[in-house]
Amino acid sequence: MTASSAEPTRRDFLYIATGAVGAIGAAATLVPLVAQMNPDASTIAAGAPVEIDLSPITEGQIVKVFWRSKPIFIFHRAKKDIDAARNVDWHTLPDPESDADRVKKGHDEWLVVIGICTHLGCIPLAHQGNYDGWFCPCHGSQYDSAGRIRQGPAPKNLYLPPYKFVADSKIRIGEDETSKA
Amino acid sequence: MSGHSAYQPQSAFMKWMERRLPIAGLVHSSFVAYPTPRNLNYWWTFGGILSFLLGAQIITGIILVMHYTPQADMAFDSVEHIMRDVNYGWLLRYLHANGASMFFVAVYIHIVRGMYYGSYKEPREVLWILGVILYLLMMATGFLGYTLPWGQMSFWGATVITNFFSAIPVVGESVVTWLWGGYGVGNPTLQRFFSLHYLLPFVIAGVVVLHVWALHVVGQNNPTGVEPKTEKDTVAFTPYATAKDSFMMVCFCVVFAWFVFYVPNYLGHADNYIPANPAVTPNHIVPEWYYLPFYAILRAIPNKLMGVIALFGSIGILAFLPWLDTSKVRSANYRPLYRQFFWIFVAVCLGLGYLGSKPPEGGYVLAARILTFYYFAHFLIILPVLGLVERTKPLPNSISESILASKRAAN
Amino acid sequence: MSRTILAFALAGSLLGLTAIGSQPVAAQEHESPVPPRQTWSFAGPFGTFDRGQLQRGFKVYREVCSVCHGLKYVAFRNLEALGYSEAQVKTIAAEFKVTDGPNDQGEMFERPGRPADRFPAPWPNENAARARYNAVPPDMSVLAKARSYERGFPWFIFDIFTQFQEQGPDYIHALMVGYKAKAPEGFALPPGSYYNEYFPGHTIAMPPPLSDKQVDYTDGSPTTVDQYAKDVAAFLVWAAEPHMEQRKRIGFQVMIFLLIFAGLLYFTKKKVWADAH
Repeated sequence: MTASSAEPTRRDFLYIATGAVGAIGAAATLVPLVAQMNPDASTIAAGAPVEIDLSPITEGQIVKVFWRSKPIFIFHRAKKDIDAARNVDWHTLPDPESDADRVKKGHDEWLVVIGICTHLGCIPLAHQGNYDGWFCPCHGSQYDSAGRIRQGPAPKNLYLPPYKFVADSKIRIGEDETSKA
Repeated sequence: MSGHSAYQPQSAFMKWMERRLPIAGLVHSSFVAYPTPRNLNYWWTFGGILSFLLGAQIITGIILVMHYTPQADMAFDSVEHIMRDVNYGWLLRYLHANGASMFFVAVYIHIVRGMYYGSYKEPREVLWILGVILYLLMMATGFLGYTLPWGQMSFWGATVITNFFSAIPVVGESVVTWLWGGYGVGNPTLQRFFSLHYLLPFVIAGVVVLHVWALHVVGQNNPTGVEPKTEKDTVAFTPYATAKDSFMMVCFCVVFAWFVFYVPNYLGHADNYIPANPAVTPNHIVPEWYYLPFYAILRAIPNKLMGVIALFGSIGILAFLPWLDTSKVRSANYRPLYRQFFWIFVAVCLGLGYLGSKPPEGGYVLAARILTFYYFAHFLIILPVLGLVERTKPLPNSISESILASKRAAN
Repeated sequence: MSRTILAFALAGSLLGLTAIGSQPVAAQEHESPVPPRQTWSFAGPFGTFDRGQLQRGFKVYREVCSVCHGLKYVAFRNLEALGYSEAQVKTIAAEFKVTDGPNDQGEMFERPGRPADRFPAPWPNENAARARYNAVPPDMSVLAKARSYERGFPWFIFDIFTQFQEQGPDYIHALMVGYKAKAPEGFALPPGSYYNEYFPGHTIAMPPPLSDKQVDYTDGSPTTVDQYAKDVAAFLVWAAEPHMEQRKRIGFQVMIFLLIFAGLLYFTKKKVWADAH
């Protein structure tokens, strides 16, 4: 057969093209192998927003519900709880945030927070601690009646889930005002 | 091919590594510089295809296990969950199920190549026997895996196969109860079959290492059956064999993809989409296609114990092939009489496969008995006699000589 | 000598091929007729579902079949694939009653369905079904893949290439139109059963479920048993294989890629071996 020394560049192009196509194939093969570990359709569906009826929750009561496998604390605050939260200069707090910023307008008595300690993930205990809020037994973090960190190793206030009022005594957790009704 | 490899590490890191764990050198001597007969045809690419498929099955299998539940009340549901909800779950499931069939297509071609070219003959007997062991492991793995979706065929196939062992005299019933973990196939059976199905592919991988090691000690056979004599007879594995293997692998993937994407349930059985029901037996219990010839042999023998012995014997007899075939000539290219019997044997196996899918009634029974007799006769009568009486064609002196001769003939 | 052996072996193989014919899976003594081939929009490598047909088929399922047959692997949210909007799916879901609980009193209760719920079972358990119907109506989620019939030699070879795999919907359609008011002469039909041309053994416990004008179609399609049978069979194929269209689409892309890749590798191989021969 003829010796092929005349056109090295064309041969190299073939090898490069083959290698490139092979690399594309390998990358494309990887896509489903990685994607399958993302939440599947039934898990995402189960994580859809939940509606909670607030009417059975009495004043001073803290109720725990689950959304996307996370515990959500719903606190029906009495006047004294709201006052206690507002009676402090919030600029001096470890994670400065005003009480008004942590509730929905016109619904000051309802505090809705994710019940996971922002330190290392334990679930704080309600109606405990020195600040009329929560106490985390794992490492001693203490939250006030607005769910803000006051004392202890936790760096941030209890997180707020996306939620909105769909009626005066009903909230939908998982959707906030920016999403459609 | 042990000894000093030609691999010379270039970078400082590789020099450091090679002195401590010479993997790069081993890979180089085994898969890059390794001398390969230059006249290998495409039938020699199926070893590489099998390795690729083993990897594919392990990867898709491990991923499927992330979503599958090996419990009798939940297994079928979990497979439907995979098919409907898991991202690309349908693809992973179809890849794994059809991959098993592709695995057997490739292994049958690989075995038949060995039988045609005499790759089982001295000095490759151990290589061949390791292959038979691999085949048995594959059959066990395939059987265990098929039970996992817990459909009607899963359940009843498991019942039939485990009942084989009741044929063992004296201890048979106890063995079956021990296998079942209960008084019939049930949840304990499913859970242990799942564990073993996860285990065996890694046993296969280990035996594959031995198989490739045994191969590299004696070197590949080639279409002439004449061992390489000089360097002119061989080429380096990379890039020559690698290029051929890669091409065939992608061609094989075209067939694989055809099944996965266009006819994904063709090789399966509709009854396995019916959840397992211990109270109702399907009218025709059939194993997957790759077991059909042996199923036909089993049913051809009217006696229960002898049928089971014949089934396992029909596979076990392969291990004795190096000694049953008395011919001194390896390749069927130079054994015209053997070649005819070889193709008859292939036809008989296909015939047995077809009969395995049919109900054991009427004319099918006699046909199965005739073909079963012929199957064993091929190994026990025809091969030993043939080697002694046939006239073979003269062998070429060397591989390179045979290539030059065929070039001259072509020009 | 080899020729006699060859003839012998071939004769044996041919004996095995004697019973050429197609029979429905599970037929033994009788030969049930083969369900006639229908045309399906989803057949073939570029087949797609006809969403109008799927919606009609869903209507038939809902108004007729769902009384006895479950669809437990299908969730209401999956119905968006039929062309319904999110709001429509919510409405459809709410029309079904789903068991939930236990509530704080420890009791199970019923509530309207939500998109994330799956179709509820029409009976609480199999024993209740058997008590009510003398048989357990099979769940229909994968029914279209769970029914088939033998194609016989050589058609089962051709089927790999033609991609014929519509035995399931063909059978379902045939079953629906295959009821006979009276069993043929000499056929012993047990009381409480019905004669069906295509059911293996011809004796079926399900009474003919469809009749003309039974379901209203708003798109003008004929309200005949034949049309209902076609539409519900197509719907059941979707229920069994909701990702079929994606599978075929990705399949096309994969095949093109593999053919190109194979071509490149072929020329690579030729180039690599050019100086070795």
